[in-house]
Amino acid sequence: MKVRGAAGPAIARGGADVAVRLRVVLPEHLRNLADVRGEVALEVPPPATIGRVLDALEALHPVLRGTILDHATRRRRAFVRFFANGRDLSHEPMETELPDAVARGEEPFVVVGAMAGG
Amino acid sequence: MSGVRVLVGTRKGAFILTADGKRDRWDVQGPLFAGWEVYHLKGSPIDLNRIYASQSTGWFGQLIQRSDDGGTSWTPVGNEFAYEGVPGTHQWYDGTAHPWAFTRVWHLEPSLDDPDTVYAGVEDAALFRTTDAGASWHELPGLRRHGSGANWQPGAGGMCLHTIVLDPTRPQRMFIAISAAGVFRTDDGGVSWHAMNRGLRSDGVLPDPEADVGHCVHRIAMHPSRPDVLFMQKHWDVMRSDDGGGSWTEVSGNLPSDFGFPIEVHAHEPETIYVVPIKSDSEHYPPDGKLRVYRSRTGGNEWEALTSGLPQEDCYVNVLRDAMAVDSLGPCGIYFGTTGGQVYASSDDGDHWAPIVRDLPAVLSVEVQTLP
Repeated sequence: MKVRGAAGPAIARGGADVAVRLRVVLPEHLRNLADVRGEVALEVPPPATIGRVLDALEALHPVLRGTILDHATRRRRAFVRFFANGRDLSHEPMETELPDAVARGEEPFVVVGAMAGG
Repeated sequence: MSGVRVLVGTRKGAFILTADGKRDRWDVQGPLFAGWEVYHLKGSPIDLNRIYASQSTGWFGQLIQRSDDGGTSWTPVGNEFAYEGVPGTHQWYDGTAHPWAFTRVWHLEPSLDDPDTVYAGVEDAALFRTTDAGASWHELPGLRRHGSGANWQPGAGGMCLHTIVLDPTRPQRMFIAISAAGVFRTDDGGVSWHAMNRGLRSDGVLPDPEADVGHCVHRIAMHPSRPDVLFMQKHWDVMRSDDGGGSWTEVSGNLPSDFGFPIEVHAHEPETIYVVPIKSDSEHYPPDGKLRVYRSRTGGNEWEALTSGLPQEDCYVNVLRDAMAVDSLGPCGIYFGTTGGQVYASSDDGDHWAPIVRDLPAVLSVEVQTLP
């Protein structure tokens, strides 16, 4: 996937609990909705989990609430998938820690609209 | 100078078509919300700059957009539609119990007296309301708790609340229609509801063809000057009620098919109504490949085909339930959109038609604002 405007590397502030800057890639419809170009940079307190990334994403862009996770159940919507550093995390619990390269901001957390036409 | 603004929802975005009062030269704006299904857009009757739109996809769910400047700019507002309590089950297509689940907003009906108040009809069927211009939505649960909800079942498009008709003379009264449950009326602002389906007959669909609830009502329409007179396009049968939905009689008359989706009332002639006959529920296209609007000037039973300017051979499009509307100019303008992406307009009560646009995505809804 070619995305313009990649964010910079993780921010190191010296403390173990300091938030790191993660990179998130959104599908085109959600980038347009959130009015972002390229990747989204998020600061997430460690440990960086799927749930914390999505919470931070919704906090930064409230318009995305309900579009990735169901409002009521907080479950992933059926046609949305999560990829990270070559792994499919779509079916992992929200508490799942992200791969090191993603947690360090070297690779993005990728939100994908499931492959389908329509 | 007066004019019209036609709000078109399609499978892949929304379009706004504008013209002056002559209605012969059109400006086309869009696609708005490109790639998303826009089931419905509608403007406030008392603030023409205030427009609400229902935007959704199977991938990313439901959004509601609001414009405060006549559709030039849009802001996403609240999109959480949470049922009150545990919603329970309704019937699935095979009659088994199926959990109630929110899918999308089919229809938005702005209040007649407050631009910040809007009713939303949703799938699975329920009625929601906002009183803060869309920031938050709250269910009016009395409808779903009418007592018959466990027997409601989906039509081909889903179990949707697709029609909301507000009574301009009795602020506490409104009508809604659900496929497939039927018509319900409230006289206390949505707290309690009564099924209003006496006279409807659905052979081959219900164990009791004349059951109180379970009818696939496709659309109801009212002229504001006569709020006790309602017209209905049912799955099969065109019906009318002269007692506020208390009873219905069939007025299909000489229609070539009494299956169809939309029904509309002329802006200035309360007994002039329009339908678009469709061949059948499994063949969603016009009879004989001829796209014909039928007009009755007698409130039903006697119908005339309106064909001038409409394709009269090899036409196999459908016209969906929310895809017809009238303006309030004189002569009355009639508009409808097709699943083939055409939006047709007549500026002379339906006598002559011309396409405004021919190649949009499949049209889901058409509404008209008459501008001063």
